[in-house]
Amino acid sequence: MIAELGHFALWLAVGVALVLGVVPLVGAQRGRSDWMRMARPATRVLLALILLAFACLIVSFVRNDFSVLNVASHSNSALPLMYRIAASWGSHEGSLMLWLLMQAGWAWAVAVFSRNLPLPMLARTLAVMGLLTLSFLLFVLLTSNPFDRLFPVPVDGRDLNPQLQDPGMIFHPPMLYMGYVGFSVAFAFAVAALIGGNLDAQWARWMRPWTTVAWAFLTFGIALGSWWAYYELGWGGWWFWDAVENASFMPWLVGTALIHSLAVSEKRGSFKSWTVLLAIMAYSLSLLGTFLVRSGVITSVHSFASDPARGQFILIMLAITVGAALSLFAWRAPSVGLGARFEMLSRETMLLANNVLLVVATAAVMLGTLYPLILDALGLGKISVGAPYFDAVFVPIMAVLVFFMGVGPLSRWKSDTMPALSRRLRWAAGVTVISALLSAWMGGKLTFMSVVGLMMAFWIAASVAADLWERIKPLKGMAGMQAPWWQRLRQLPRAGVGMMLAHLGVALFCFGVTMVGTYDIEKDVAMSPGDSTTVSGYTFTYLSAKPVQGPNYEAIRGHLSVVRDGKPVTELYPEKRVYRVQRNPMTEAAIYTRVRGDLYVQMGEVIKGETWLVRIWVKPFVSWIWFGCLVMGLGGILAITDRRYRAKAGVSVSEGAAALAGAAPVR
Amino acid sequence: MLLADRTCRWTGLALLAACMLVLAVAVAPAWAREAAPASADPALEARVMRLSNELRCLVCQNETIAASHADLAVDLRNQVREMLREGKSEADVLRYMTDRYGDFVLYRPPLKSTTVVLWYGPAALLVLGLAGLWWMLLRRNRLAADQFEPDEPAFDPAHGAQADDPQSKR
Amino acid sequence: MKSLRFLIPLALFAAVAVFLGLGLGLNPSEVPSPLIGKPAPAFALPVLADGAGGSQALRREDLLGKVWMLNVWASWCAPCREEHPLVIDIAQRKLVAVYGLNYKDKPAAATQWLRQLGNPYTATLVDADGRAGIDFGVYGVPETFIIDRQGIVRFKHVGPLNAGVVRDKIEPLLKTLNAPG
Repeated sequence: MIAELGHFALWLAVGVALVLGVVPLVGAQRGRSDWMRMARPATRVLLALILLAFACLIVSFVRNDFSVLNVASHSNSALPLMYRIAASWGSHEGSLMLWLLMQAGWAWAVAVFSRNLPLPMLARTLAVMGLLTLSFLLFVLLTSNPFDRLFPVPVDGRDLNPQLQDPGMIFHPPMLYMGYVGFSVAFAFAVAALIGGNLDAQWARWMRPWTTVAWAFLTFGIALGSWWAYYELGWGGWWFWDAVENASFMPWLVGTALIHSLAVSEKRGSFKSWTVLLAIMAYSLSLLGTFLVRSGVITSVHSFASDPARGQFILIMLAITVGAALSLFAWRAPSVGLGARFEMLSRETMLLANNVLLVVATAAVMLGTLYPLILDALGLGKISVGAPYFDAVFVPIMAVLVFFMGVGPLSRWKSDTMPALSRRLRWAAGVTVISALLSAWMGGKLTFMSVVGLMMAFWIAASVAADLWERIKPLKGMAGMQAPWWQRLRQLPRAGVGMMLAHLGVALFCFGVTMVGTYDIEKDVAMSPGDSTTVSGYTFTYLSAKPVQGPNYEAIRGHLSVVRDGKPVTELYPEKRVYRVQRNPMTEAAIYTRVRGDLYVQMGEVIKGETWLVRIWVKPFVSWIWFGCLVMGLGGILAITDRRYRAKAGVSVSEGAAALAGAAPVR
Repeated sequence: MLLADRTCRWTGLALLAACMLVLAVAVAPAWAREAAPASADPALEARVMRLSNELRCLVCQNETIAASHADLAVDLRNQVREMLREGKSEADVLRYMTDRYGDFVLYRPPLKSTTVVLWYGPAALLVLGLAGLWWMLLRRNRLAADQFEPDEPAFDPAHGAQADDPQSKR
Repeated sequence: MKSLRFLIPLALFAAVAVFLGLGLGLNPSEVPSPLIGKPAPAFALPVLADGAGGSQALRREDLLGKVWMLNVWASWCAPCREEHPLVIDIAQRKLVAVYGLNYKDKPAAATQWLRQLGNPYTATLVDADGRAGIDFGVYGVPETFIIDRQGIVRFKHVGPLNAGVVRDKIEPLLKTLNAPG
């Protein structure tokens, strides 16, 4: 019954989405405010229905209702409760339900937090989001129904893929989808503005916080995925340039370009049509990613079971959605104004260079991901494009981007001069070179790549420090009239602090990547109980391997003791598990994480009797990779809590900004 | 009384043996064997792994033969190891693999007429992109001032930024 | 015209969409054989003889001068069971001499399997460690090759044979290869 209820709720949602997609849109064209006002309530009803359907799916999983095909295929009665819930989005059908929930959820958020948005703009935006939701509803109902029944009802389910039975499964997909689907808000704003023909700086100001939040979630989602792969898959790596990873990375790159382009459009009104294009591209890449994962067009460890019929449906959805948006763009964009003027050397130019680099990087990733498909389709043979290609091609582009990341925040808007800019930067440049060489030398190995990587990290950090200094340093000729520096520090606008924090996150990321890439040590040893081995000053002693029982698996758990300089460091318990239902072996590495690096131990296989092959890694600073991403995302979230975006109800945003401008102290 | 008594002597010896045993167990880690590296030649093994990271496991869904546990992956790793041990070069090993499995097995696509666009595309795009930006900005700045929109009311040109932007006074 | 520039994104997208559409009809994990049109790799393998690895060895040179089919199989391979009736049929119809390559298997299990399901093979080569398989570019069982009189590999099929492949690809090819001259 519950499954049928969920199914019915989805069909009702189709009707509501259709109303939401059409009525306010026509109302905005015709100027009928009663039709436009239907957008908000329709959005609320849509969310309620989809939430109901999603709840029905989760309940089916929790109650072990194996008459539902999806539950029987992806769950099991021995599966712990939290994984039974996570299994509801562990399949193709279930993950689409999660997508739908996010799509409706974001639309509802726009409806709630946009009191000051002009009604036609709101109506159009929500209508576009309604249409996007409609397309996914049809996809689910026509090709990927999670509520299909199964007869005869099996006694038990086939269990969730053991690699997904991990806390990562609880957080990574929801975060990721928050990001993917969050970009649909930017997309909807862009399309709404194109339809209405009112692309101004106010529009950019509205879009900015939404885009930044979506970007922050996508950052968290990708970082979680990378971290999960690191500790779960056991090969010690954290990014494989797998097609599905690339599919999540491309929207992130364009999303980053978008939040920077929005800065220019918001502050100076320039490059609005470029910003609109980026907004369309970001969500289009999210849709492309969904296509790649579900259509079977590329091989990936992540892809769901493929079905050409589903692939065809998504392709048609993609063609219609993106084709319509880009056609609208081609039609309307030529008449958009140029915005304010700025010189060749200015922050606007720096931000545009950032955009060019990020878009080129996205193009490079897309080229590598789709190239095997293109060659095969043209009958020109079959090749693989893997990590060696992407590393070779992506890193140089990033290096150039990082250079601009250091220069950009220190350059003035509208016009700047070389002497003034270099004066602000020269301390940072000096610190960068010295710190990089020093760190590489202290690490014990000086290679070209390690020095370049470290220079990238230190350059960004030094630039952030220089920027901070510029903002709080005492101004000439105003001694005695200024607030003390710590007060100026506290008064810094959150948008600025957010930016510095986010850039600092990138620096931490670069540092982690460089250190672990250069100074990573692996040692494979044959160990019998009592044997020990030393890696990087840590002595690992293998004590025992005992069989243990898990809730739905059996395992051999090894026990290693780690000592450094005679002092005990930790006990490690790597496992080799066999899950009872699917019977595939899995290794659970034992990881000891510290700021300075990780100790990563994995049980290989039995060599003879009590002797095991044990793999030991010492990975310096590896957690800085994901910590840096966390800081990046937090910087973004901090930035949108800036007063600019918290204009009082009833006051339009541009009026609010003018009021702030008038009230701000002269500095 | 000296330990001439046999019982005393044996008890004493037993106690001594027990002490030594306790001591031995207590300092056992210091006497435990240093674990042997899994392979006889770690340098060779490092080369095997580096090469294996460039080769695709053909029965897996996108994994290298270094990371995969599949039978074929293990066989191919052994093949790589044997060839390197015989003194063959890394290029020889890669050629061996592509002779049998085609270019598909290489994760680093070879530079051929069909992959020129792949390898040089990004660099070309980068140059074109930056050059295009430069040219577009030059053209933009040659336009008359009235083609541009006036600065936003909150924008303060004297300070080169919006009034709430701290980069105002330099 | 200035506004034509704005059609570029749409044009690029259309190109990508076309390729994605074409991709739906392709199989991304199928590996085409680079051996087609090249001489079959050299081999010298023992022949399966009633429960043992056999002491006789069959070399590539022994098979020159005739068109032959190499069918790679193993007793632990489930799809091999499915295609086996077809292989027997091919052998019975005397379309081509069929040789088996017993891949990474145990001779006792292999002999038992053939006894149960029928033995269409003129001879079964035993590839215990899989080396010969690697030389042939085998990556999964079952696989089927057709080699011509000069010892050149002419055809490879990955996966179990089906009636369609036999009828539409193998039989016409055999006709061409068997033609005199």
